[in-house]
Amino acid sequence: MGITWFWLVAIMLTVYVLLDGFDLGAGAIHLLVAKTDEERRQVLASIGPVWDGNEVWLIAAGGTLYFAFPALYASGFSGFYLPLMIVLWLLILRGSSIEFRNHIKSKVWDPLWDFVFFASSLLLAVFFGAALANVVRGVPLDASGYFFEPLWTNFQLGDEVGILDWYTILVGVFALAVLVMHGALWVRMKTSGPVSERAAALARRVWFAVLALTVVVTAVTFKVQPQLRENLTTLPLGLILPLLAVVGLAGVQFALIKRDERKAFFASCLYITGMLTSVVFGVSPMVLPARNPIYSLTVNGAKASDYGLKVGLIWWVVGMLLAAGYFIFVYRSFAGKVSVEKDGHGHGY
Amino acid sequence: MEQALTVHRLHFAFTITFHYIFPQLTMGLALLLVYLKTKFLRTGDEHYNRSARFWARIFAINFAIGVVTGIPMEFQFGTNWAAFSRAAGGVIGQTLAMEGVFSFFLESSFLGLFLFGEKKLGRIGHWLSAFLVFVGSWLSGYLIVATDAWMQHPTGYVLGPHGEIELSSFWSLVVNKWALWQYAHTMLGAVQTGCFVMAGVGAFYLLTHRDEIYGRTFVKAGVLVGAVAALLQLTPTGDMQGRLITEHQPITLAAMEGLFQTQSGAPLAILGQPDVAQRKLDNPLEVPSMLSFLTYRKWSADVRGLDAFPENQWPDTIPLLYYSYHVMVGLGTIFIAVMVLSAFLLWRERLYGARWMLWILMLAVPLPYIANTAGWMTAELGRQPWLIYGLMRTAQGISPKVGAGNAWFTLIGFMGMYTLLAILWLFLVYREIELGPEPGASLDTETAVIIAAD
Repeated sequence: MGITWFWLVAIMLTVYVLLDGFDLGAGAIHLLVAKTDEERRQVLASIGPVWDGNEVWLIAAGGTLYFAFPALYASGFSGFYLPLMIVLWLLILRGSSIEFRNHIKSKVWDPLWDFVFFASSLLLAVFFGAALANVVRGVPLDASGYFFEPLWTNFQLGDEVGILDWYTILVGVFALAVLVMHGALWVRMKTSGPVSERAAALARRVWFAVLALTVVVTAVTFKVQPQLRENLTTLPLGLILPLLAVVGLAGVQFALIKRDERKAFFASCLYITGMLTSVVFGVSPMVLPARNPIYSLTVNGAKASDYGLKVGLIWWVVGMLLAAGYFIFVYRSFAGKVSVEKDGHGHGY
Repeated sequence: MEQALTVHRLHFAFTITFHYIFPQLTMGLALLLVYLKTKFLRTGDEHYNRSARFWARIFAINFAIGVVTGIPMEFQFGTNWAAFSRAAGGVIGQTLAMEGVFSFFLESSFLGLFLFGEKKLGRIGHWLSAFLVFVGSWLSGYLIVATDAWMQHPTGYVLGPHGEIELSSFWSLVVNKWALWQYAHTMLGAVQTGCFVMAGVGAFYLLTHRDEIYGRTFVKAGVLVGAVAALLQLTPTGDMQGRLITEHQPITLAAMEGLFQTQSGAPLAILGQPDVAQRKLDNPLEVPSMLSFLTYRKWSADVRGLDAFPENQWPDTIPLLYYSYHVMVGLGTIFIAVMVLSAFLLWRERLYGARWMLWILMLAVPLPYIANTAGWMTAELGRQPWLIYGLMRTAQGISPKVGAGNAWFTLIGFMGMYTLLAILWLFLVYREIELGPEPGASLDTETAVIIAAD
């Protein structure tokens, strides 16, 4: 039961990264690919009806993590206190910028929110990458089952680690590169004209950075977290999941050359899914590795009672089927390229 | 440690109080939007549809702030209340996760369609999207109230070997009798906020002689629905909540009412200041024997005062609890008077011309916000010193490794962030009201927007 929930939460978080990832990426490239007001409204219109729903995956995954692994939720959230609060503030600023920008047309109002949207999206991508890197690297859990990480210490991987050290910053930059590519492919697919062309050019260039960082980060991670290397030599999952990532990344470049916008975006989804599930498989059955391995939190140590997990499975399956239905309906309703003229201006609706 | 506890409590209290400004309006408006869309569907009168669009714009602003201030609430269970989450997450995590899975997905999906997809969906499809937004937001309300109700009146659990609280009955968690009454009472409060805001904006239009056809529709909808909600707020829902508290939280009852001494034929305090050190109410204005009657339906019944309980079980902020409760009840009484009188004038076809009543409706807009806040403060301060009533003390629930310094840092950050949000919110909502239900009717929209921006 514990392992089932471990994978269900992992899948929910992966879906979150795939969906909110493209709108975070769109934000991070907002100022680069869109210059005029009309172009910027194109980028915003491409995520306007869906970004809120995408973010719900984070909330739903958080809630699921809470009831399935209460001890992990308690340790992890209180230990990552400061970065999580910063993430919350960034989410507040970002949500405000998307919702409020189009209420007023003015030479000071639009550029302000465009910048807030860009900066908060970019920083969120870096912070999410650094957060994942903190989990992989391990946290200073002790016998109490709790820890507290300052934002940084000496940027080294010693016993007194902070949220930001050279490894987590490296992964943060990597996450930004991946989401820039992912977001650019989304914008490429959903917009037309110069915005779409610039996004495609950006995606092609960033692809090389993603490739280089994938190799470097993978090599470094094997050193930082030996468990990962050990698990990934276990067949067959240890082979299949990384292979998905490789196929996906190659597919992105291939589809870009063929000018197939949809395939390029879906290849990027495949790449991200492969990378994230490889990490999840790599650290299992730990849910939160500790710097001192004897204090690591495992699936069995963190899970809720079997009764709760069984009941949860019933409503979770029903609820997720419904949610999948809504998402398919919404994405189909807003299928195709956006056109800002038709959606109107003034109120954003 | 003591200090960290205070900061963590302030942290949650501040963020939840600010957050609840927004859902109370959106939950109330969601119902009224369904009413307006239904009217449009049945009459084909375009002004109902424009009314719905106007309120949808105000709804969207409030919904957006509600979402971004709501995410921190879920996070804070883990960040600031880790010991509580470790112990009780297996139970209350169920209702919180269900909120995400069942209501947020529904709400966010169909709100996007409701706001952006009117042309694509057609009339019935658009009505349906409004209805599903209503269902999603009211379901969300239920699951949150059920979570709080479990903390007020825990059911369906067993204690595990290491003191962890494990779920043993899903249904007693989900249909806790405390949750059912608390939900009805909470939602009626939200409906009243929606009604007072709608009627208040309508009264503003009528008083300023603009958009009068809309003004009349808003006042009528707000007053008719509001009068029913105000009455149901008092009885049965308020009354039943009171009786549950009498039965299960008698200490809370004594503190709320400012009843220090156990007595038969206990009076109901209308006004007065609790003096906890002297164990008495200063300057009391009381209705004799009324409290005995309200709680036990017998004029001479014994009501236990605070003296009947050990002091370490008393709520730790008795005066604030007492005032919260009295503000809630006082305002609730005023709402009944205002709404019933307005409804009477409406029936006599005199309301739209009764400027004094329209003034009252317009100025009353902030009051339901205060009443709802005071109501929640009554519930949560009344639960003290318990985090989970009878099971876990509030002091035991905080994150053991998050000190006062870090908690202050983020509390101050939230205060700054929310001040900005509050200014934006007032500015944008006022702007929508100023633009009105027919923006650009006389001017080109873009011009109107630019003028408003200047």
